Amino acid sequence: MLSSTRVSATSVAPRGRGASYLRRSLRLLARIPSAWIGVTIVSLLAAVALAGPAAAPYDPFHISAADKLRPPSPVHPFGTDDLGRDLLSRVLTGARISLAVAVVVLVLAMVVGVGLGLVAGYWGGWMDEVLMRTTDVFLAFPRLVLAIAIAATLGPGLSNSVIAIALSWWPWYTRLVRGQLLSLREQEYVLAAVSLGAGRPRILLRHLLPNVGSTVVIQASIDIGFAILATASLSFIGLGAQPPTPEWGAIIAQARSYMVDAWWYPTFPGLAIFLAVLGFNLLGNAVRDAFDPRLRSVT
Amino acid sequence: MAAYALRRLILIPPLLIGVSLLLFILTHIIPADPAKLIAGEHAGPDQVAAVRHAFGLDRPLPEQYVVYIEKLARGNLGVSMLTNSPVLGDLLQYFPATIELTAAAMVLTVVLGVPLGILSAVRAGGAFDLAAQVFSVSGLSFPIFFFGILLQLVFVRALGWFPLSGRLAITASPPHHVTGLYVVDSLLAGNVADLVSAVSHLALPSLTLALTSIAPTVRITRSTMLEALSQDYIRTAWAKGLMSARVFVHHGLRNALIPVVTVLGLYTSGLLGGVFLVELIFDWPGVGLYSVNAITAFDYSAIMGTSLLLTVTFVLINLGVDLLYAVIDPRIRY
Repeated sequence: MLSSTRVSATSVAPRGRGASYLRRSLRLLARIPSAWIGVTIVSLLAAVALAGPAAAPYDPFHISAADKLRPPSPVHPFGTDDLGRDLLSRVLTGARISLAVAVVVLVLAMVVGVGLGLVAGYWGGWMDEVLMRTTDVFLAFPRLVLAIAIAATLGPGLSNSVIAIALSWWPWYTRLVRGQLLSLREQEYVLAAVSLGAGRPRILLRHLLPNVGSTVVIQASIDIGFAILATASLSFIGLGAQPPTPEWGAIIAQARSYMVDAWWYPTFPGLAIFLAVLGFNLLGNAVRDAFDPRLRSVT
Repeated sequence: MAAYALRRLILIPPLLIGVSLLLFILTHIIPADPAKLIAGEHAGPDQVAAVRHAFGLDRPLPEQYVVYIEKLARGNLGVSMLTNSPVLGDLLQYFPATIELTAAAMVLTVVLGVPLGILSAVRAGGAFDLAAQVFSVSGLSFPIFFFGILLQLVFVRALGWFPLSGRLAITASPPHHVTGLYVVDSLLAGNVADLVSAVSHLALPSLTLALTSIAPTVRITRSTMLEALSQDYIRTAWAKGLMSARVFVHHGLRNALIPVVTVLGLYTSGLLGGVFLVELIFDWPGVGLYSVNAITAFDYSAIMGTSLLLTVTFVLINLGVDLLYAVIDPRIRY
């Protein structure tokens, strides 16, 4: 009831389009049940990631030969690994790594991708042609294959895998932004800005960027789950985080040799990846449904 | 249609040049010195220099690239440092296993994904539909390497229904080589024991690989089927008094199928990414395992060769999918 009165209040006294768009979208978002599951999982994950080592009951690096490969028990709820390290502590510490890596990957991909997309879409001409043919090469591959190929070329390591995933990711944002800009640059407010003597950087940053912003954020919210998956996959192959780093994919890679005797060893980090990705996917899909104006007319 | 296919095929060489250039640049901006790696840890500076000269690594970069492309044009992908044999020969030896794995995963995707999607559209809003949707969201969020390990824990370790890894029982000898696909070859040879062994070895890896494609297939089939079922001609079909099976399959499915084929094509190519993980978990001797081994050994010729092979495969799959449209939908002409 309360929310409906608020709706009429805004429709009587219209405010800035941006604010009401955001508010309406958020209200729609709150009505999607899976969004709440997503928000819950993501908040828990973020809390654990922020707490970092403080969330872990034991030192995730502490080796204890006497405790190796212990099954789950009240003392070690997730059991211990082949070096007697507490798995719960390692999985909890891993949350920070996975989340940080995913965010860095997306920020890198977004900065490069959106920047080049703005350039290609606004300048057009040969610049557009060169950039689009370059993205063609990148998009000729499934993202994970490209990331693996690049990471393989760069050599193993967490930072190399970040670069590899970001490098395989930016063309998607470039395409997205360029496509939008092709129609946006013909808008009257751009013409108005040009006639007022605004320079290209100003038009790009002040007038065009804010208008592609929401699309990019929606895309990023869908992509973050897959960024976590890609990071874990690279680590599992041995290209990402190296032992003893408690990265989830890397833990599972180490667990493979012991899984016949210790089912808990690969299972708990695996479930952690699943839950994290599920949380972001549920949230990302709900955000897209709530914020995408084309889908809104349907709902 | 032939002209269209030809035009698409002509685009492959420029694409290969682009991909090889990208990887070539990357290999040469990294700090690791391939000459040192080839020469070994204990090599002196003279030996490293000799290796550098022997592999042409002391020449300017553009020249090295031109040499590589010239060799590539003649079908020479270089020699693998790991296996000490030509990369092309290695790839030809490993590729059939990957084709078999991917094809099996694709069959599973169609056989499981499409019917599940249709059923959930026909019973939209019901319990089955809800379960299928939960499955499809979870499937997309599940790391496939973890799924493979879970399958191994349940079906190999706990139940003992399937073998842990490999393509064939150690005691069995591979069937006479015709296609390189053990299931097909053992069928052709009429060797039942090999066939059973090959299929049971293929079951878990292909199911693992198919996870990433089954989930979206269910989702797309459901939504396109729902859309098709809301059309006027469906109402007409019902009004004519047709049996429900005929309405669903002949009028609904046929029209719902085109977007499904698009997605299937997209995910077949997507499966190529999963191949690396699945082959590693199940010790499946395909190009994925070959290149993961190459990666850990810094075997650049092999890495480059695998990447180029996958590029060609990817382009061919996409072309195949485009041509398939014309078969499914007579309205499409090239």
